[in-house]
Amino acid sequence: MFLDLLISGLTLGGLYALVAMGLTLQCGVARIMNLSYGEFLIASAFLAYLLTSKLQINPVAALLLIVPLGFVVSWLVYRVLMLPLVRRSKAGASLDVDSILATFGLLFVLQGMMLVSFGGNYVSYSFLSFPVHIAGTQVAANRLLVFVFAVVLGGTTYLLMKNTRTGTAVRAVAAAPNFAPLVGINVLMISTLAFALGGAMVSASGVLISMFLPFSATMGVLFTMKALVIVIMGGVGNLKGCLVAGLLLGFTEATVARLVDPGLTIAANYALFLLVLLFLPNGLYGKAAR
Amino acid sequence: MSRRFIRAVAAGAIATLAAFAATAEEAPEKVRIGYAISKTGPNAGGAAASSTPNYELWAKEINAEGGLMLSAYGKRVPVEIVEYDDRSSSEEAVKAVERLITQDEVDLVLAPWGTGMNLAVAPILHKNGYPHLAFNTLTDRAPELIERWPGIFFFEGTSTIIAGATLDMLAQQRDAGKIGNKIAMIAIADALGIELSAAYREMAAEKGFELVYDAAYPAGTQDFTPILTEISSKSPDVFIANSYPPDTLTMTEQARVMSFNPAVYLTGIGTAMPMFPGQFGENVDGVMGIGGSDVASPALQDYFKRHQDSAGYPADRFASQLTYAGLEILQQAIENVGKIDRAAITEELKTGTFQTVLGEVSLASQMLETLFYVGQWQDGEFYGVGPSSLPGARAPVVPKPAWKN
Repeated sequence: MFLDLLISGLTLGGLYALVAMGLTLQCGVARIMNLSYGEFLIASAFLAYLLTSKLQINPVAALLLIVPLGFVVSWLVYRVLMLPLVRRSKAGASLDVDSILATFGLLFVLQGMMLVSFGGNYVSYSFLSFPVHIAGTQVAANRLLVFVFAVVLGGTTYLLMKNTRTGTAVRAVAAAPNFAPLVGINVLMISTLAFALGGAMVSASGVLISMFLPFSATMGVLFTMKALVIVIMGGVGNLKGCLVAGLLLGFTEATVARLVDPGLTIAANYALFLLVLLFLPNGLYGKAAR
Repeated sequence: MSRRFIRAVAAGAIATLAAFAATAEEAPEKVRIGYAISKTGPNAGGAAASSTPNYELWAKEINAEGGLMLSAYGKRVPVEIVEYDDRSSSEEAVKAVERLITQDEVDLVLAPWGTGMNLAVAPILHKNGYPHLAFNTLTDRAPELIERWPGIFFFEGTSTIIAGATLDMLAQQRDAGKIGNKIAMIAIADALGIELSAAYREMAAEKGFELVYDAAYPAGTQDFTPILTEISSKSPDVFIANSYPPDTLTMTEQARVMSFNPAVYLTGIGTAMPMFPGQFGENVDGVMGIGGSDVASPALQDYFKRHQDSAGYPADRFASQLTYAGLEILQQAIENVGKIDRAAITEELKTGTFQTVLGEVSLASQMLETLFYVGQWQDGEFYGVGPSSLPGARAPVVPKPAWKN
């Protein structure tokens, strides 16, 4: 029983963490509270579906195509749509509000485009949906893949942030955007990079999720909400926080559903969220007050 | 001047007069039909699966024939559609329907998608004397609402009727010795799920079944493994999920992966949708769900084909055919009355009998009563299995075959 719960919690938590990682980069480093985040996820899921069902391309191979595409598109979104806001606000407090409004608009544009091209129907296909036996319990291979991706993607990005010059610059911008230029960091460049990297990550999670969850053009906001909770709980801009918060929520949900009552999973998750914020207002790994 | 000539002239004159009289009241240029439907928001998936494609197909077919035959004017009048997006919000739906009636002055209003939406707009339609064919609406309060709103019509039965028909079918299987009496049930924590579960709970005991698991899960649940593992440990004979489309797919996928294969596996809304066999292929064999149809019926087969040609995707096997049959009924009621007289059309809906893709039906009780409430995937089609008295009903395959991995 404990093993069942462990595996359930790991796969669900990995999924949550993966979904939130891109947003934490976009919010924490580029300081764009991207409300259209979920739409990028769904758009990638649709692309994966198209490539898989129409062109018979393996979804894992589709990742190689869609992830760079996500990077480029997000790069352009930042440069074309967000840059004027950043310039106007001089990276002051109004950037948060402006970016929320702008991405809120972008949400509807993207959703509308997907509705026109794919309709409002649910879409699903399955890939890698055979069971993998781990110590007497089964787990779907695609869900396991998501967990592996969450750890690899999170871990790699974390290590890059810690050990490379660019990574250090990214962290510097997250920590002190106003002072980073003083040590010669091109804040604009780093912000664009972080936003685009976030876009690449959300594309990856969209492709992976499309393998086992049904989705529709209007479902993006569900993922944005979930990601937002995890980002805030883990500490904005912190990848390790994302992974920990995601796993924490995953375990809570699995345990409550199994041992208490499935009807209370959401309540338990939000109670946990409130509890964390009560004692750690900046999230699990957030910096102490600015 | 021969008598024959005079008679001919007289006949001609009478004919001309009659024609003149008929056109004296000028025929409308078009019949305006409006609806507010969820094009965006959480209801958009359901609306796109069972409402909009049928509304569009219906209007297209009527206009291809030249329009609705209005005998009061002796001519066909094309229909014009006025459509609004209610953004899945009932306030928006109410506003849009009000606008349709007062500003656009449409002749008739078609239903929005979903129970909540339909109940929200029902008072306005009633107040303005519009007949309300409440497609995609499922509520146990239907009998009470029919008394309150004499122009409302229901097409999917009630939760009590669905649960009753399903339990009757299960009781037959149990009495035949094919299954035991243990039922495990989960439901989405939403109006439909809660109502269906309550109906099952109430009737299960009285039909001699034991509920070994009974819980609700929140909308948006993305992992059913913990619930299914718990249920599996109680080895039920019957698994019932009063679920919505995304959950139906997700839990079935997980049930398959973990080889949870009870003798009866019955899921909720979405089981009858084309994406279900689309995802699971031959694994759908034996899965039961709400809905079902008399697959062999040529009228229904023809409808499935026209739906596919028009919408580009297949019709779902539950709500779609009911919606389309309702539209056929509406069309015949209008044509029987011969003009747009809403009170007379409502009366005709209650008294007439109509030819539809479901066969000959009537709405005398303001509810469609001849439909399948439980169906089963067999040989790649979703056949009706309960009530077994309906034409085209198939015997259920119990126990269901094992999942193929």
